[in-house]
Amino acid sequence: MEIRYIDIKKTVLSDNTDLADQIRENILQSNIFMLNLMASPGAGKTSLLLETIRRMKNDFRIGVIEGDIESVVDSEKVAALGISTVQLRTGGECHLDAPMINEALQNMALDALDLIFIENIGNLVCPAEFDTGAMRRAMILSVPEGDDKVLKYPLMFSVCDALVINKIDTISLFDFDMEKLHMQAQKLNPHIQIFKTSCRTGEGIDEWCRWLRGEIAES
Amino acid sequence: MHEMAVTKDILDIVLKYAAANNAKQVLGVGLKIGELRDVVDDYMQRFFNYLSRDTIADGAKLKIEHAPIIFRCSCGETFQVSIKRVMSSKPTICPYCSGRNAVLNSGQEFEIIGIEVI
Repeated sequence: MEIRYIDIKKTVLSDNTDLADQIRENILQSNIFMLNLMASPGAGKTSLLLETIRRMKNDFRIGVIEGDIESVVDSEKVAALGISTVQLRTGGECHLDAPMINEALQNMALDALDLIFIENIGNLVCPAEFDTGAMRRAMILSVPEGDDKVLKYPLMFSVCDALVINKIDTISLFDFDMEKLHMQAQKLNPHIQIFKTSCRTGEGIDEWCRWLRGEIAES
Repeated sequence: MHEMAVTKDILDIVLKYAAANNAKQVLGVGLKIGELRDVVDDYMQRFFNYLSRDTIADGAKLKIEHAPIIFRCSCGETFQVSIKRVMSSKPTICPYCSGRNAVLNSGQEFEIIGIEVI
């Protein structure tokens, strides 16, 4: 039998990206801004989210989509602030993708929201591949994780609009070269905005929120 | 695990195109993957073998073309940079003008080029 060659020329995960584009357009029309927050486990996603919500909840009607493999502990903390949350228990999946976010949005009262945070699953590899339909992507790197993470997860650093370096209050305990990190991150992504925060002392959180407010106003 | 997530998507696309072209068997899958994608070829093949059992793509070989990392300098020139250099703490220096403000132009491709079928 004759061997045939069929041209495809299709980007991998383009179905996901197409759906993400559609989600972005839909929520933009509802005047909603969505942020995809990513980090490795323990970097401080929930802590930063809680601090951000405390500072912004008087000005925005906020909703949260929580990605968690099995538990609901994070969404309980967010719900305690009076914020509506949708918990996606992914049962082993290591990332959130556009179909999951689409389903979550269908369970949210979108006409009563201005701002949605996606707390992605703790992982710096897979979430970088999957566009969720958020307007902006931010990642958290905590000081104890080390300054070499750019080298290990280049895709994540290249797709994010903002990099939050959290647990900055511990910097004297670690050999963390801030200058090197800036240089490496900006080499892959010259537009990346870098913030230094501590959810414990509150350092830098206002500056991060100021950036976020600016991005919301812009879109 | 990263390879598993993308390999599932590759298989879905391959099977869709194979069926649309009345293929009986998929022999090979051509892929173009940028060097920054951090994909291990052997893992991809192994996951593909696992996921494609009981489909017409069972036994198909992944033929991976690695696309180089290209930077673009503000002087307008583009140049290739090794993954080792990108991942180093050294700045990226333009070989044409010695400028240090070149930015990433390509190297993140992830495309299914086509399939070989009978």
